[in-house]
Amino acid sequence: MSISAVTPVAVPIPQTSRVGRAGFAIGLVIVGMVIAAALLGNAIVSADPFTQDLNNRLIPPFWMDGTQAGHLLGTDQLGRDYLARLVYGARISLLIGIMTVITSGLIGITLGVLGGFFGGRVDDVVLFAITTRLSIPVVLVALAVVGLLGSGLGLVVATLGLLLWDRFAVVARATTMQVRTLDYVNAAWCAGASTSHILIREILPNIASHLAVVGTLEMALAILLEAALSFLGLGVPPPLPSWGLMIAEGKDYMFFSPWVIMIPGAALFVLVLGINLVGDGLRNLLGTERLR
Amino acid sequence: MLRLIIRRLAIGLLVALTVMILAFMLTRLSGDLAISIAGPQATQADIDIIRKAYGLDRPLYIQFFSWMGRAAVGDFGQSYFFKDSVANLIARRMPITLTLGLVGLSLALIISIPLGILAAVRENTWIDRAVTMFTMIGQAVPSFWLALILMIVLGLQLGILPISGTGTWQHFVMPGIVLAFTAIPALTRLTRSGMIEAMASDYIRTARAKGLSRARIIFKHALRNAAIPVVSIAAVQLGFMLGGSIVIETVFALHGVGYLGWESIAKNDFPVVQAVVLVLASIYIGLTLFADILNALLDPRLRAG
Repeated sequence: MSISAVTPVAVPIPQTSRVGRAGFAIGLVIVGMVIAAALLGNAIVSADPFTQDLNNRLIPPFWMDGTQAGHLLGTDQLGRDYLARLVYGARISLLIGIMTVITSGLIGITLGVLGGFFGGRVDDVVLFAITTRLSIPVVLVALAVVGLLGSGLGLVVATLGLLLWDRFAVVARATTMQVRTLDYVNAAWCAGASTSHILIREILPNIASHLAVVGTLEMALAILLEAALSFLGLGVPPPLPSWGLMIAEGKDYMFFSPWVIMIPGAALFVLVLGINLVGDGLRNLLGTERLR
Repeated sequence: MLRLIIRRLAIGLLVALTVMILAFMLTRLSGDLAISIAGPQATQADIDIIRKAYGLDRPLYIQFFSWMGRAAVGDFGQSYFFKDSVANLIARRMPITLTLGLVGLSLALIISIPLGILAAVRENTWIDRAVTMFTMIGQAVPSFWLALILMIVLGLQLGILPISGTGTWQHFVMPGIVLAFTAIPALTRLTRSGMIEAMASDYIRTARAKGLSRARIIFKHALRNAAIPVVSIAAVQLGFMLGGSIVIETVFALHGVGYLGWESIAKNDFPVVQAVVLVLASIYIGLTLFADILNALLDPRLRAG
């Protein structure tokens, strides 16, 4: 059960500057726009994401026939404005992504750095924890926890945070092992620095770039998983407009009004693609693939 | 070699035991099981009867050891909802999940290995970038959304594939494609990086110096070495796919183990939830064990353990 068999391998992306940088820039623009939509969207869009209007159900978006001026992206099966729900949903996706990365990052980095730094028994325990975590089917267990404890934003974050720390731990462990024997760490020892000082002031800053790359990957994964949980009805509770939940609610109408699933799905796809592009760009920019 | 196998086996068993404890705790998270089983209309007397009948009045550790002892020999108890033994339920659903997993993995390998080789031998050209872009896009598509799009396009508009159910082999095509998509990005990138590394190695230079043909170098010499990590990752991916097929099985109403897990979560059927978690984890543990041993066989450098 070697970790090498399950470690996501960092691959040098064809990074001849221009194309690589273009990807990074596109990613930044996408993520920036989604953040802007999440922060300002509901101030700009006049419609309310929760107000139902049963006389105006399933109005198509602006590029189709039979649209209404007040509803740029149409309305859902309960007559709620789709654009308003979409920009509100951006908040939920980003919130879940960021909070999950913070939670899982704290767990994974702590475990990984301790294992990589101290080695021996400590490392054995950390490796065992990673192996065990990898054998647990994430979607099933997350569904079970939310199903048993009741749905809610906080619970989804806690569950995903407790499940998605493995990659943080693997990368933090590997990079710490490489950094701990370097000259500046030895210099710090000689200068009489304490263990905690070395861990926090010498090791952490020097592995931070690798962890930032992992952070983007995990954020994208958390957003996709939340959408999947909400889609299966065991994530963010209605009437909150999570994109996954919007797809689930639109599913019954998708054969006649395909845009009800196309719009939130496309939003999800674009956001995750943007985050991954940023992650890849960071990896090239920081040159982290050399270390792994 | 034998020592390596024994060591890996011991770790695998230890992991399985830990997963057992976690799966057991998981179903106890919601507090009193008897109240959930009895339902909202139950009186206190009903709850007491249920608590006795299911042995929930015993101390937690006794419940755990009795469950573990029986689970170790394949007896997972009775389902509360389906009125059948959990082992039977899982055994009946497993072929569907395994079929789906194997179809998905085969499709993924058929697509990702050629793509990875192509990108590697044309490194840093537009072909390489197009393949990389394809993997980025594949990574970002939500699988359940892709499933719905395929249903609309292939099922409704073109009408060439059935939308849900399990009757024929055609029912596995769409779910297989969606499941394959979850593994293609990782496998393609791995093949690509393995091939690039292999093509830069000394033995390839030797092969070139000997004047071997380009095709022979790529397929005979480089691919053989690049295949080692791909084979082991493929086994691990199959484990992830079996665990992750729950979403796809639910969308397509394929009554496999994942769907069973989802149903029993919705119905508070704790023995089934526990067992499905444990079975899926055990399959994953078995597959990684297999991958490790295979790796050691293929690459003598890894045999030191």
